[in-house]
This record gives sequence, C-alpha cells and structure tokens, in this order.
Amino acid sequence: MHIVVCIKQVPDSAQIRVHPVTNTIMRQGVPTIINPYDLYALEEALRLRDQHGGEVTVLTMGPPNAEDTLRKALTFGADRAVLLTDRFFAGSDTLATSFALSSAIAKVAQVYGAPDIVFTGKQTIDGDTAQVGPGIAKRLKLLQLTYVSRIADLDLAGRTISVERRSEGGVQQLRTTLPALITMLEGTNDMRRGTMKDALRAARAEVVIWSAKDAGIEDLTKCGLRGSPTVVKRVFAPGPRAEKAEMIEITPAARDTADSLLDAIFSRQPKLEADIAAAQAAL
Amino acid sequence: MTEAPKPAAPAAAGSRASMKKELPEHFKAYKHVWVYVEVERGQVHPVSFELLGEGRKLANKLGVDLAAVVIGPPDEGTRTAVAETFCYGADLAYLVEDPLLTHYRNEPYTRALTDVVNTYKPEILLLGATTLGRDLAGSVATTLLTGLTADCTELDVDADASLAATRPTFGGSLLCTIYTLNFRPQMATVRPRVMAMPERVEKPVGRVITHKLDMVEDDIVTKILSFIPDRDAGKANLAYADIVVAGGLGLGGAENFQLVKGLARVLGAEYGCSRPVVQKGWQPYERQIGQTGKTIRPKLYIAAGISGAIQHRVGVEGADLIVAINTDKNAPIFDFAHVGLVTDAVRFLPALTDAFIRRLSPHNRDRLAG
Ligand SMILES: Cc1cc2nc3c(=O)[nH]c(=O)nc-3n(C[C@H](O)[C@H](O)[C@H](O)COP(=O)(O)OP(=O)(O)OC[C@H]3O[C@@H](n4cnc5c(N)ncnc54)[C@H](O)[C@@H]3O)c2cc1C
Ligand SMILES: Nc1ncnc2c1ncn2[C@@H]1O[C@H](COP(=O)(O)O)[C@@H](O)[C@H]1O
Repeated sequence: MHIVVCIKQVPDSAQIRVHPVTNTIMRQGVPTIINPYDLYALEEALRLRDQHGGEVTVLTMGPPNAEDTLRKALTFGADRAVLLTDRFFAGSDTLATSFALSSAIAKVAQVYGAPDIVFTGKQTIDGDTAQVGPGIAKRLKLLQLTYVSRIADLDLAGRTISVERRSEGGVQQLRTTLPALITMLEGTNDMRRGTMKDALRAARAEVVIWSAKDAGIEDLTKCGLRGSPTVVKRVFAPGPRAEKAEMIEITPAARDTADSLLDAIFSRQPKLEADIAAAQAAL
Repeated sequence: MTEAPKPAAPAAAGSRASMKKELPEHFKAYKHVWVYVEVERGQVHPVSFELLGEGRKLANKLGVDLAAVVIGPPDEGTRTAVAETFCYGADLAYLVEDPLLTHYRNEPYTRALTDVVNTYKPEILLLGATTLGRDLAGSVATTLLTGLTADCTELDVDADASLAATRPTFGGSLLCTIYTLNFRPQMATVRPRVMAMPERVEKPVGRVITHKLDMVEDDIVTKILSFIPDRDAGKANLAYADIVVAGGLGLGGAENFQLVKGLARVLGAEYGCSRPVVQKGWQPYERQIGQTGKTIRPKLYIAAGISGAIQHRVGVEGADLIVAINTDKNAPIFDFAHVGLVTDAVRFLPALTDAFIRRLSPHNRDRLAG
C-alpha cells in the first residue's frame, strides 16, 4: 500500500506578533511547525501502514526551508519525503495550490507507485480554508471523504474503504472505493513520539526536492499568482467602533462596581432583565 | 482563498488587482446572485437563510435577481425548503430533485450544483461554511476552475461590480479583501451566525426552475451505510445562545473557569472561551469562540480575560451588547466592546455573579450561589 500525506509548514501562530505601527505580520524569527491539523492525517496514515504494510510519503509545497518540516515527519516514521519548491509557486491560492500538489502526486505515483490513499489535514492554521483537500481530490479524480473521524475498515484486496465522517448534526458512515482522498478531523488520534531508529534515519535521509518542471508541470500559468483566480486587494486593520466603549468606574468595593455594570447592561438591554429572571426561576 | 500575505504581498497583490483586465467575453453572460440552500433530512440549515439576507443586499446593489439553489430528494422537506427561500428574499429558485439526493454525498451534489451553474451562469455563488458547504464548495470551485474565498466575514460589491470578500488574515489583527479576477462565478463561503438572520416575510412560492440530475445510482461510487444523529442534536447550543459568558487566557488557570461557568449558570447562559484556552486543554474545542471556533450572536456577551484579537472579534461582533473585563486598558477588545471594565476578572466575576442574584432573585440566593 502507498499513502501520500500532504503536510504544510506554517508559522507557529502562538508566537506571531503584529508590528504595532505598520500593522504587518512580523515573520522574522517566528518558528515554523507542521500544520497541527496535518499531524492527525499523518498519524492515521502511519497506523494504516503499520497494520497493512506499505509506505507513507509526505509531500509539501513550500519554500526550501520547508525541508525541516518534512524531516520532522520522517522522525515520526514517514518513509519518504518530497518537497515541491519553486519560485513559480509563490502567491498560490487554493486553486493553484491544489494544482501544484495534484501534479506532484501524479509524479509521485509515476516514480514511487500510485497511492491508494491521499491524506490532508482538515485545514491549515494560516490559509485556513479547508479547500485544498477537496481541490486535490477533484483534480486527481479521487473519491472524497472529508472530516473523517474514524477509518472503520480498509480492504486492500477488495479496494474499498469504510469511514465515519462528521456531518451536520451527526456522523455518516460511508463506504467508497480506492483510491480516495481523506481529510482527517482533529482530535481523532495522538501523534506518536517516533522511535530512536526513525530519528537516526530521518537525520540521514534524503528529502526529494522537485521544481515545477521536475514535478512534470508544463503549464506554469496554472501556478502561483498567475494561476490564482483570487487576489488579495487590500489588507487592513479593523477600526474601533464609532462609539467608544463606556468604561465602568472601578470602585474599591467590587460589589458596587458590579452593580454599576448591571445598571449599564440593563439600561442598554432592558428586556434582558426579565429574560434572566425567568431563566433563574427555572433553575 | 489566497494564502497569508507575506510582508511584501499586499503591495504586490494590489498592483496585480489594479491591472484588472476586462472580463473575458464568455463570462459576461454570468448574471445574478445565487445562494446554495443546504437541506439535510428535510431541514434547511439556518446559515442558508442568513446568506439569502446577505445575497439580497448584494443583488439589490447590482440590480440583479437573487436565486436560491435547492438540491434534495423529491419530498415534502425539499418542497418546503423551496417555499421558504421566497419568504427569506429569493426572487426565484433552481431545484434539482432526485431520490439519489436523499442524503448528502459529494459526487451527485457536486454534479447537480456544477450543472446548474454551467447552465444558468450566476455571477456570485454563496455557500455556508458548514461541513457540507465546505465539502461541496471545494469540489465545485475546482470543477469550474474558479476562485473561492472561504469563511468571509463581510461581503460587498465594489464600484466596478465585482465581489469584495473580506476575511481575517493569518496571524494578527488584520483583515483582507479578496477579489476573483477574470473568472466566474465568484464563490464565497460564510460561516453560520456571521451574517444576521433576515426577517421572514410570508410570500407565495415564486418562479421555480427545475433541472434534472443527469446520473444513476451506479454512477455514484460512495455509498452511505448509516447515519448516527448526535445525541444532543437540537439542544440549545453556543452559536444560538442569547447570553454567552467566555473566558480567555487572562483567567490564569483551568480552575478559574468555574467562575465563568458559575456566572453562565446564574444567567441561564452558555459559556465559551478563546482559542488558547482550548490549546491549553482547559476547555474542549466545542467551547471555542471565534474564526476557527463558533460564531455567536447573543443579546449579551461577557468576555473575561480575553484580549480581543481579530480571530476572536469576528466571532463575537454580531452580539447586541459586548461587555469586556480586562486588566489592560489598552486591550484591543475595548475597541469593539460596548461596555468595559479594567479590572481583575478572577476577583470580579464572583461579585458580578452575586450582583445578578441579588438583583433578580434575592430570595433564591443560597440555591443559585451553589
Ligand atoms: C488562523 C488563526 C485562527 C484563530 N482562531 C481563533 C479563534 O477562533 N478564537 C480565538 O479566540 N482566537 C483565535 N486565534 C487566536 C487569536 O489570534 C488570539 O491569539 C487569541 O484570541 C488570544 O486569546 P486570549 O485573549 O485568551 O489570550 P491573550 O491574547 O493572551 O489575552 C489575555 C488577555 O487577558 C488579560 N488579562 C490578564 N490577566 C487578567 C485578569 N486577571 N483579569 C482580566 N484580564 C486579564 C490580558 O490583559 C490580555 O488582554 C486564531 C489565530 C490564528 C492565527
Ligand atoms: N502548501 C501545501 N503543501 C502541502 N499540503 C498543503 C499545502 N497547503 C494545504 N495543504 C494541505 O491541505 C489541507 C487544507 O489546507 P487549507 O485549504 O489551506 O486549509 C492542509 O491541512 C494540508 O494537508
């Protein structure tokens, strides 16, 4: 069995700061991490490989230093890592990203064998669109299973897979055929620590680095900014509300401050008083 | 959706946007604003009505029609859904009815929506950013090879009639406005509760254009084995609560969340939290409020120890009254709160809880304080 997992390198959001004057993101020195949602996809892929045998290839599109992200995935136990990097990919939106990644997956299929399953995370914490997975599925004509919370059954001989999928108001149990694309829901598993052996192997392993051309991409107009139907026209900081917040005076006794706050709340929303009284009576 | 802009990207992207070319001839036929109406098990998802409200405004500005697209099985639920779209502002409805569409599945729904788009050519297509809407929107946009802006918080049309879709951008207190150049339709998703629910006005069913699903069951590979409804389905939840009390990192520790819950209980409210509170494991993800959690529109929102970052702000801005309690008088939350207190939330919350009890049910003090 061959599984491809798409992982993205993202800035560690917990450590991002915005420049107080220019309001731009200060990226310098911000550490990068594997997109947290992608770890659930990777762990699920590794579990399937451990059960059924085969190989897990991790794939990322990003700047050259995204190699670190891939190496990290190797320490968790991935078998092979492919970095798709080229200046032509700069400025890609989801349509262009799914084009680049699906082209690379097609190339991976040629060189290392066709994948039975492609995994992506539910969404990234920077792009945050949850659209790249469905985009890849459509382009590669893979059956699409999004928001998967459990893989109930994988029948490699019969070429079928059954999963549980989070949907609005409940869980759908679905069965489809391979090859399929799965976007994995968060909180569905815990990333393993990775063994010493994997750590040693990862340190020595070679990350496969492909340019657009290496990935077999001929039509560069489908890549990067040129291949992106959407463009960011304006970036701005939201202004304060026209009317400034009413600041409640802090008195030495918290009790008095609280009473002033209640006055402020109920003078603005008179109906709430009756609503809350009713709620309390019901308690 | 365009990726997070690099520091230099806004200028670069802006210059490309200003080079906006004439829309290719074959796209000029694309007219009208459409809302995909999500129907599952006979129920319309409220986000679809919220979008019809927003779509109405866009259609009025553009001077075009607002159409609803309803996809579902030939039954009572689907027909009621169609009728309802007119009460929420649709001028006409496109209907794809087929037993194959009884439950949501990506393949037939993608086919149905893509076919209707290709046949009747909308200029703007809006979908809810639900699990269903996101599953469908990505497939449809990729099939049509058009742009899709996800999880928008504001929609507008600019001077040259293109859709200006605004959403928070990564990593700070910033918003970005995104355009789909030279492709149609312009697609956008919006999360539930981000837009206000429009008023329902009783209206007769208007023009319905039916479209056939060109598929048989054998064409559809994915089969549904079963559906297990959530046990708490239908119960009042955070997104639709009238009063919400939330805590952030400023509470200082998981144990102090009791104070938030205590106040919520006395108010008959739901409680929530900011994202770092979830990341620290103090509260489960279901309680997260904001861009990547729940969007709320309560009558009263009380935020304790929350700084008010943009990703949090967009999730609560629809509240009628926002009360912020924060020790830092410069915290961004005071830019959008209506009422603010610069004080220690951990010390103040018990006094606030007590004040509500004293005021509203003084006789039940002992019972409620418990
Ligand atoms: C892609 C992306 C998506 C995101 N999605 C979300 C989301 O959905 N929801 C969300 O909330 N965040 C989200 N965030 C995170 C967001 O950017 C902020 O980091 C987060 O909202 C901050 O949480 P906080 O206010 O609890 O913590 P902090 O920013 O650390 O603020 C704590 C506040 O508490 C105050 N304080 C400290 N002690 C006290 C005290 N004793 N009493 C009162 N006040 C006190 C401080 O002055 C400070 O203002 C997202 C970020 C990214 C990059
Ligand atoms: N540049 C990238 N390289 C590899 N995988 C990606 C990339 N961008 C997105 N993905 C995958 O697509 C998923 C959804 O991303 P998004 O649509 O940006 O929210 C992520 O969880 C990743 O698995």
